[in-house]
Amino acid sequence: MDLRDGPEEAAFRRTLRAWLEAKVPAGLRGFRGWSGPAALALGRDWSKRLAEAGYAGLTWPKEYGGAGRPWRYQALYLEELARAEAPQHLGVIGLGMAGPTIIAHGRPDQKARYLAKILSAEEIWCQGFSEPGSGSDLASVRTRVELVGDHFVVNGQKVWSSYAHIADRCILLGRSATTDEKHEGLTYLIVDMKSPGVEVRPLRQITGEAEFNEIFFTDVEVPKANLLGEVGGGWRVAMTTLSHERGTFGFALAGALDVAVRKLVALARERAGADALVRDRVAREWIDLQALRYTNYRALARLERTGVPGPEGSVAKLRWSEANQRLTKLAIEIIGREAQVADGDGAPAYWRHQQLRSRGNTIEAGTSEILRNIIAERVLGLPRSR
Amino acid sequence: MDFSFSPEQDQLRTQARSFLEKRYPLARLAEIATSADGWDRASWPELARLGWTGASISEAQGGAGLSFVEEGIVFEELGRALYAGPYFSTVALALPALGCAPDLLAKVASGAFTATFASPAANASGAAVDGRRDGDRWLLRGEADLVPDAGLVEAFVVPARGPDGIGLYLAERRDARPLVRVLDTVDATRRLARVTFEDDDARLLAAPPAAAKIIAATRRRALAALALEAVGVASRALALGVEHAKSREQFGRPIGAYQAVSHKLADTYVETELARSLAYWAAWCIAEDDGEAELAASAAKAYAAEAAVAACERAIQVHGGMGFTWDHPLHRYYKRALWIESFDRSGAAHRADIAQAILGG
Ligand SMILES: Cc1cc2nc3c(=O)[nH]c(=O)nc-3n(C[C@H](O)[C@H](O)[C@H](O)COP(=O)(O)OP(=O)(O)OC[C@H]3O[C@@H](n4cnc5c(N)ncnc54)[C@H](O)[C@@H]3O)c2cc1C
Repeated sequence: MDLRDGPEEAAFRRTLRAWLEAKVPAGLRGFRGWSGPAALALGRDWSKRLAEAGYAGLTWPKEYGGAGRPWRYQALYLEELARAEAPQHLGVIGLGMAGPTIIAHGRPDQKARYLAKILSAEEIWCQGFSEPGSGSDLASVRTRVELVGDHFVVNGQKVWSSYAHIADRCILLGRSATTDEKHEGLTYLIVDMKSPGVEVRPLRQITGEAEFNEIFFTDVEVPKANLLGEVGGGWRVAMTTLSHERGTFGFALAGALDVAVRKLVALARERAGADALVRDRVAREWIDLQALRYTNYRALARLERTGVPGPEGSVAKLRWSEANQRLTKLAIEIIGREAQVADGDGAPAYWRHQQLRSRGNTIEAGTSEILRNIIAERVLGLPRSR
Repeated sequence: MDFSFSPEQDQLRTQARSFLEKRYPLARLAEIATSADGWDRASWPELARLGWTGASISEAQGGAGLSFVEEGIVFEELGRALYAGPYFSTVALALPALGCAPDLLAKVASGAFTATFASPAANASGAAVDGRRDGDRWLLRGEADLVPDAGLVEAFVVPARGPDGIGLYLAERRDARPLVRVLDTVDATRRLARVTFEDDDARLLAAPPAAAKIIAATRRRALAALALEAVGVASRALALGVEHAKSREQFGRPIGAYQAVSHKLADTYVETELARSLAYWAAWCIAEDDGEAELAASAAKAYAAEAAVAACERAIQVHGGMGFTWDHPLHRYYKRALWIESFDRSGAAHRADIAQAILGG
């Protein structure tokens, strides 16, 4: 047990810190989201620079353009990004979900074709899992995937798909057969978002922005080569995607919370100095942040030993989402009525936005109820609730 | 960066768990708690033989030469087994001051010496202990209150006011002096007592400037040790709750299939894991004398104590009527959790300290 950086880790951190100080564009410091075309152009450029400096795909094998480093470097990277309040790589879904799924289940030609462009942000990915009738119960998806000659034909509707409005490719889970066991008969495809028959309609969300979308698929032809895994074997592939979605984001979440707690502390110093009740709540959030950080370090040690993300990922996601909701709510309480005014870009507007956005945190990437089910059933071994 | 235990440390945990499970099955808890001392005295030489009482004492002085991380493992496992005995008082509370008396360290390691920390009454009476020189010895006069394990130990480490300020003294128990009155304590496995000094003999361990440092270090160790113990208590309460939720059936299904039950247990799991992370962080900081030790110990104690109390309360609820009985062991875990929560100060007071550190003002 040693919580200090080793020499190589310290050197990596030093170099990265200096690089971030020099390179983060002023317009992206204190970044809030990829909304609007200007932010997007900056985002692509920023992601490309991250990739060129070798910071994209730190843990990916070298043969796919990654740095082949142990997981701890990804943790260091995310900590430093948070410290500098710099945005992550734009290709969150490609890097965090599609890429690792392709590495685990893809054929060599698929790896060659997709992975490098994920790193360089030349191609942005989205995730087409949820449907109007299938959210938490993902295995009930109804989007039809039929093999016709040498290609698949896709028909159906996906919803809540983040980044779909800017995406080049989509990882799609659809139904290729009606079976008694709903987990069978699912097929996992890589869909080119520029294909004829794909229509994306942005959805306006609680914050007023549109970061997620509906996707309609009408007789969309997808080459057979775009199959990941086997026809009917999509569930297993989707599970890899989800384990990465929840499993390895722990450090990104702790990084985001670190930034939020720092800002909360500054806000409380400025506006609520002596209020004992506020001070107690701020201290609670600070303690929760440390708890999450050190839980991540424990998870990291296990991940490096076993190579697969453990159930701690669900713990981190569950606690982060609830902490972020409490914390942002506390911030708008400290600000008071001023936070009700949407104009401007000072602290009130920032926190108002963060507070509304936080309501999605307990829904996206597995609702809190589903995460508690997972912990109860897979970690504690309790009987299934369904 | 490596936040995991070494194979030797894992082995220590395995050894501790199996020793304690064999010796203290749940069925024995009531018998020990209701015995005259509230302690299975015969266990102490065995704890010493296992190397636990001298874990962080140097090898030259008969100890194992390890650190607070290893002691932390023992604290967690003792909490899990609800061990009753002066391990917390001797190893967490007294050891830092006993470091000033090398002759005693060897005796602690060998199991021949136990002690506790007798601080002045923190209650309204505001009574304190005074130290007065008498030739080449010191005499203590005054009262210490709510002293853990006072009825079990051989000696008291006493912060007392001498001519130059607060020093640390050691008063050994001889011929029923100083006077110890054990209080009827809710947690019968860790009883509190009032200790009255009436010109009782003592030896000076540390004079004023050094004493303050030792007192601060003692407090950090105590908070971290209790955080670890709380983690042990919480994980046992969780295990009991899960076991019951799997086997008890109502409406034709195991009650663990109902989310109102399973989600409570999932929350206990999450909070226990977070408490564990904070407690291990605090243990490491103390072992390394890290600059964050004070904040870490405060945060870990505040969080873990509340997590342990909540874990026991949820486990009691999940057990239904059975959880409310004297016969079921859960209430003993619950009472230990409440004891831990009350020690030093409440979570709110610790959070006030943390707020002071991060917000100033
Ligand atoms: C900001 C955001 C971004 C998203 N991005 C994407 C994306 O990029 N791609 C994508 O595919 N999806 C995305 N989603 C969709 C997200 O995965 C789903 O919203 C989520 O899985 C819940 O599904 P649902 O909305 O259909 O709600 P439902 O599943 O209908 O759930 C409604 C309520 O019922 C509860 N519930 C459901 N089942 C159970 C159960 N068994 N036990 C207890 N409670 C239960 C839920 O917890 C919830 O509170 C995104 C969502 C948000 C908010």
